[in-house]
Amino acid sequence: MNFNATLIGQSITFIFFVWFCMKFVWPPIMNALETRKKQIADGLAAADRGKHELELAAKKAGDNLRDAKAQAADVIAQAEKRAAQIVDEAKAAAKQEGERQLAAAQASIDQEANRAREALREQVAALAVAGAEKILRREVNAQTHADLLAQLKAEL
Amino acid sequence: MASEYASSGEYIKHHLQNLTYGQLPAGYERHDHNGQVEVLQQATWTVAHNAAEAKDMGFWAINLDSMIFSVGLGVLFLFFFSLAARRATAGIPAGLQNFVEWVVEFIDDAVRGSFTYKNPLVAPLALTIFLWVFLMNFMDLIPVDWLPYAASLAGVPYFKVVPSTDPNVTFGLSLSIFFLVLFYSVKMKGPGGFFAELAFQPFPKWLFPVNLLLEGVGLIAKPISLALRLFGNMYAGEMIFILIALMFGGGWLMAVFGGALQWAWAVFHILIITLQAFIFMTLTIVYLDMAHSEHH
Repeated sequence: MNFNATLIGQSITFIFFVWFCMKFVWPPIMNALETRKKQIADGLAAADRGKHELELAAKKAGDNLRDAKAQAADVIAQAEKRAAQIVDEAKAAAKQEGERQLAAAQASIDQEANRAREALREQVAALAVAGAEKILRREVNAQTHADLLAQLKAEL
Repeated sequence: MASEYASSGEYIKHHLQNLTYGQLPAGYERHDHNGQVEVLQQATWTVAHNAAEAKDMGFWAINLDSMIFSVGLGVLFLFFFSLAARRATAGIPAGLQNFVEWVVEFIDDAVRGSFTYKNPLVAPLALTIFLWVFLMNFMDLIPVDWLPYAASLAGVPYFKVVPSTDPNVTFGLSLSIFFLVLFYSVKMKGPGGFFAELAFQPFPKWLFPVNLLLEGVGLIAKPISLALRLFGNMYAGEMIFILIALMFGGGWLMAVFGGALQWAWAVFHILIITLQAFIFMTLTIVYLDMAHSEHH
């Protein structure tokens, strides 16, 4: 256990090691640590910003949904109104058509009745003529009384 | 292995002797194991074969084992840390970078806690001290006979593997730190300010000789206590390991007991080596902080 030049050797070695550490070891590592710290801080800030934006978007989406619902309700109400209108119109048209058909049927019935009456009248006239012919054959010439018969037929 | 030595005392002395390389003067008498004497014809650079030779080499000798292990461990530490530093990314760290960042942040926290000024030197200094001293202390956990025995097979007479049990190493560190303290004291306060701090307090100015004595002793005590605390702790720990190792030569019962003791002491020593490295680092930071601060 003597003091010797090892003392000086140690000091020189020590100074060299400290210099090396100060030059090549400490700064890069601290640099990396600082950069990472900054990146993490940036990341957290970005996450906060994202969260905020998400909130805004959610709010906007809610607004849009509410608008859409209101619009849909509007559309439905309008459609219902229109449907009611269409039903009313259809009812009115149907009623009109029914009336029209009723009137047509009535007219057709009247026509048929007239025609039948005409035919009946002719048959009755023919029957009357036939009857009169039978009666008058014996005493009257049919041709001479034809004018009379025509007059009679017109009166019927 | 203790049994290979003439006595327990020899064994202990052997384990506490550094491998010293230095110059022996002309006419020096070298005694070898067999009691033969060789007289050197001229001054010779050589490895000391015993403690007396190492002592006679004077100041201009060097402890090869201390230098090899301290430089080797320091290079090991700087190699891995500079490797991690070169590959350091701000992305997700993995493996080595994780470990290095953990250590660096620990040191950075310690420096921020004790050092209140801006100085880019202090944190790397603290990192170097902590890891280097820790690694040098860590050599204490290697069983005391392994490396010296391997060295003796290779013909190397002494091999002390724990650099921090060599006072040259601890004083080398603490004196460098002491000069840094002096440098920053003068730089921050100016020569006059530094002198005033030493001479004009704690007592009134007319008592400046007393002040100078008190503050001077306080100043000198810093590097000495720093070095001796580390040296003393590691030397004592090493001594206990050596004493325990002596038990392995005392029959199997003693050997088993010694093994248990060695394990227990090694576990306790893990705490000591870390703590001593941490104390050395923290005191360095505190001393440098005091060098920067003006206190009146």
